[in-house]
Amino acid sequence: MRFSALKILKEGLTGNRGWAPHWRDPAPKPEYDAVIIGGGGHGLSTAYYLAKNHGMTNIAVLEKGYLGGGNVGRNTTIVRANYGLPGNSEFYSHSLELWEGLEQDLNYNVMHSQRGIINLFHSDGSRDAAARRANAMVNQGDDAILLDRDGVRKLLPYLNYDQERFPIRGGLYHPRGGTARHDAVAWGYARGADQRGVDLIQNCEVTGIDIEAGKVVGVQTSRGVIKARKVGMVVAGRSGQVAAMAGMRLPIESHVLQAFVTEGLKPCVDHVVTFGMGHFYISQSDKGGLVFGGDIDFYASYAQRGNLPTAEHVIEAGVTLMPMIGKAKLLRSWGGIMDMSPDGSPIIDRTDIDGLFVNTGWCYGGFKAVPASGWCMAHLMATGQPHEVATRYRLDRFETGRGLMDEEGTGAQHNLH
Amino acid sequence: MRIDCPLCGPRDRREFTYQGDALALDRPDPEAGFGVWNDYLHNRDNPAGPTRELWYHDSGCTAWLVVTRDTVTHEVHRVELARDVKEAGK
Ligand SMILES: Cc1cc2nc3c(=O)[nH]c(=O)nc-3n(C[C@H](O)[C@H](O)[C@H](O)COP(=O)(O)OP(=O)(O)OC[C@H]3O[C@@H](n4cnc5c(N)ncnc54)[C@H](O)[C@@H]3O)c2cc1C
Ligand SMILES: [Zn+2]
Repeated sequence: MRFSALKILKEGLTGNRGWAPHWRDPAPKPEYDAVIIGGGGHGLSTAYYLAKNHGMTNIAVLEKGYLGGGNVGRNTTIVRANYGLPGNSEFYSHSLELWEGLEQDLNYNVMHSQRGIINLFHSDGSRDAAARRANAMVNQGDDAILLDRDGVRKLLPYLNYDQERFPIRGGLYHPRGGTARHDAVAWGYARGADQRGVDLIQNCEVTGIDIEAGKVVGVQTSRGVIKARKVGMVVAGRSGQVAAMAGMRLPIESHVLQAFVTEGLKPCVDHVVTFGMGHFYISQSDKGGLVFGGDIDFYASYAQRGNLPTAEHVIEAGVTLMPMIGKAKLLRSWGGIMDMSPDGSPIIDRTDIDGLFVNTGWCYGGFKAVPASGWCMAHLMATGQPHEVATRYRLDRFETGRGLMDEEGTGAQHNLH
Repeated sequence: MRIDCPLCGPRDRREFTYQGDALALDRPDPEAGFGVWNDYLHNRDNPAGPTRELWYHDSGCTAWLVVTRDTVTHEVHRVELARDVKEAGK
């Protein structure tokens, strides 16, 4: 089934009886050429590109719950390529390019909306940092415009410009940044992978990884043993537990990140706005809800819910920046489990076990990475070599100290990002 | 989340700062080698369930605490002074 305007029109006129499920619900086969553990955004995109770019179609995605039930369906959907360090710059740039062609490629409306992102700055120092980042973005071939206070005011008239503590001096504007519909991204990749023959197996928890003579031979699951010579661990916040099944300890600590949404309002926030000094960022969903968040709660957690101090902190910052949101009613808050790495940058690499690959460390920014992460993970699993835009995402960089990517400049230690 | 500080009594989580896994109390020998130091500095068990971690009571008595806490329920099971834990060699 292909989606098109004509198809929608036809279905609309004939009672919408012609829509089919977007993917099959197959039983697991006893053996595959490769299995991917985790049916989030990264696992599904890995499967899609393994099939599409590398012709590997005898593969399966094993998901313990339902597709897209993890962080890929819990995030605040910001998509951007405004990184400042080699390693991240080329990777996220590649990801944004893939985003720009994604809907055509998947024949799926992921509602990618390049509404622009503005990172505010408040002092000479933060202005210089923004200018440096803007130059890094431009050098990478992406777009960045340094706005002064009046420039920000034109775009964002509703901010409080009289605030003394963090006066708005300007902003780093990234017009190609924006948002996308998170669930649709998971569904689009799932459908694309399924159409190419990939088995998407839900309610299938991996409980063990079988290793013989230093080589991976398969996995134990709640739906039986599945053999495979190549296994990718793509489980985000659950990376620690899954790696432990292979006897590994990872440089990952899982933390909770919260987000919030208000009742639906008329369009009022046209961009994504970030207020780094206050730990607050916001956008408006197409349904009208103001979607916002801030920092992680800063303690290890698997609860998928946070505590009140962080909620309070985020909302205080929001009301300081744009007092008008104080009038909106908050509808929901929720949390997700973040795979935090010591330097705040991700890992896409081989492990010491032959055939076992790891994809983790996405921290609070892995949604925008979904296309490139799958692209590079597929390349690595198919060819054994890192893809050229992910060569720096090495697992051993913490041990050797070579190639750390600490965007915030706070140090490559846990609990600093 | 409330933490029962042995010196101050039960206090709100806002008064404390999380300082990571309590393995920081078992600092390896300086010559132990890259692998051991990498394990100590970066690699984590990262358990879903009970875990021991360091918290700093910065808005209270400034004591360092070893908190046994469940990462799935956020329940705090036990709070000890880090000094006591270290001296007992636990
Ligand atoms: C509140 C919040 C806001 C965020 N905002 C943004 C944002 O604005 N922009 C951005 O770029 N990023 C954002 N992120 C981060 C982003 O959502 C994550 O980095 C990304 O989704 C993680 O990758 P994933 O989609 O593959 O993870 P997930 O969707 O979590 O996928 C992992 C999957 O693995 C499965 N799994 C785990 N263990 C097993 C097992 N043993 N067997 C089988 N399956 C298993 C899980 O059930 C899960 O479905 C945010 C995250 C949160 C929580
Ligand atoms: Zn105290």
